[in-house]
Amino acid sequence: MREPKALPYLLIAPSALFLTGLFLIPLAQTAVLAFQESGGAWGLGNLRRMTDELNFPDALANTFKVVLLAVPLQLVLALGMTMALRNIRRGRDLLVWVWSIPLGISDLAAGLVWLAILNDQGWLNSALFRLGLIAQPQAWLTYETPAALLAAIVIAEIWRATAIVFVILLAGVQLLPKEYEEAADVFGATPWQRFFRITVPLLKPSIQTALILRTVLAFEMFAMAMALGGRNFPVLVSEAFNAQYFSQDYGVAAAYAVLVMTISVAATVLYLVALRVPAEQR
Amino acid sequence: MSEARPPSSNRALLWAGVAVLCAWTLLPIYLLALGALGGREIVSQWPKPFAPLGLSLQTLGTFLAIEGVWRATWVSVKAAALTMAMALALGVPAGYALARFRFRGAGAYRVLILMTRAFPVAILALPLTVSFIRLGVYDTPLGVALVHAVLATPFATLVCASLFMGIPKELEEAAWVFGCSRFTGFLRVVLPLALPGIAAASIFAFVLSWNEVFAASVLTVRQRTLTAYLLSVLSESPLHLQFAGGLVLIVPSVLFIFLVRRRLFAMWGIGNR
Repeated sequence: MREPKALPYLLIAPSALFLTGLFLIPLAQTAVLAFQESGGAWGLGNLRRMTDELNFPDALANTFKVVLLAVPLQLVLALGMTMALRNIRRGRDLLVWVWSIPLGISDLAAGLVWLAILNDQGWLNSALFRLGLIAQPQAWLTYETPAALLAAIVIAEIWRATAIVFVILLAGVQLLPKEYEEAADVFGATPWQRFFRITVPLLKPSIQTALILRTVLAFEMFAMAMALGGRNFPVLVSEAFNAQYFSQDYGVAAAYAVLVMTISVAATVLYLVALRVPAEQR
Repeated sequence: MSEARPPSSNRALLWAGVAVLCAWTLLPIYLLALGALGGREIVSQWPKPFAPLGLSLQTLGTFLAIEGVWRATWVSVKAAALTMAMALALGVPAGYALARFRFRGAGAYRVLILMTRAFPVAILALPLTVSFIRLGVYDTPLGVALVHAVLATPFATLVCASLFMGIPKELEEAAWVFGCSRFTGFLRVVLPLALPGIAAASIFAFVLSWNEVFAASVLTVRQRTLTAYLLSVLSESPLHLQFAGGLVLIVPSVLFIFLVRRRLFAMWGIGNR
């Protein structure tokens, strides 16, 4: 069939134009906004005003605490779920569905779920009260209980977002050739040796993908922190939101955006380098 | 399966772990539902019941009468439907081009698509505020959908590309022999075969938009989506209203995940390589 050479270009043109207009240009605009002073001159004024903000050190620390605590735990939990499923035949489909449910739940909804459980008169306190462990409602989510508040947000984050790691790992496991693990068995490897020496290295591409996706999304988390901690648990993105929405300080909001994007890209590069996948394994 | 079955004590341990993980996933949703459907009374009750004893038609009525939630839900539905339509309109042709043609620039286009993955795209709603006001799409479901489509289109493109690659080219060529053009051949042969996968991808686009908080909150004031509405009333509205909103937010997502459960792995396995 004879066709104009332009056909593939015509087919990708709409989405290429769309992504240019609404992704590349805003990306450049954000950078311009962040590095432009009110007079139009270039400079680091917005970044300085951002770092001078009262909440900035807390927001930076909180963001990293959540990511560094939640992401490794999610990886371990998801690996456990994936390995458990390998030994299950009956009811497998049902389990996969149940465990992937949180995939469809936003960080805001997850925050509200855990707010129902963890508020002063919530279900956690009700359970503790019935067990005789506490005499009256106990506050978990205030600035007076920073450790409990951090734990609450990490738990909620693990509850919500382990599913995506799990789904990516399970997709990866289904592609693994069985022969390597069988060979390990033949040579007398214990289950743990087989897991750490064979399964995990073979799963590295999936682990890398899952970690990149998950870490970028974890740096974006903010509605959950706002639902559970209100103003007591600032994170970088919630500060960007407040700067834009309440202070209408677009320059500082853009500075936060640039910071979050820089961190996300740095994390992606870090994973790409640290978990480099040899070409023949791709 | 050729794997040796572990001894029965290990089986028991395995199933115990599985049961704990199921409870860990489901119990929190159940408790939110109790809080949402229990009405005003359950929020102040202490200690709270773990069984749905207080549920009645009356409390259910209160739930359905929370006006702000339903108005916002309607905006969310509109924005999510628009996102879905845009992601398909842009993603299906682009996916077809990637699957069927070798052309200069295909690599660059793939890089553009993968780039959207490494950036927190929703944050780009910040600079868009000004241009959206100028264009008249600020504070409309369309404006929200435009940003959400940036998130959904790359995904739809990659999923469609892999779907089309899985359909043998010979089928299409046979259709051409019988007088179909490239376009009618696509409509009559390729599209019907790819339809289940495309449906799953569009459901994903819908859920993506339905759940997004940041861009929706930045770009709306009066026509708030459900997520933006709930975020804005977090500190001021009674808890039962927040729980109700949370439940309305969760239920469709759970159903959608159920609908696409068989395609989940194919999509994530492909969509991320």
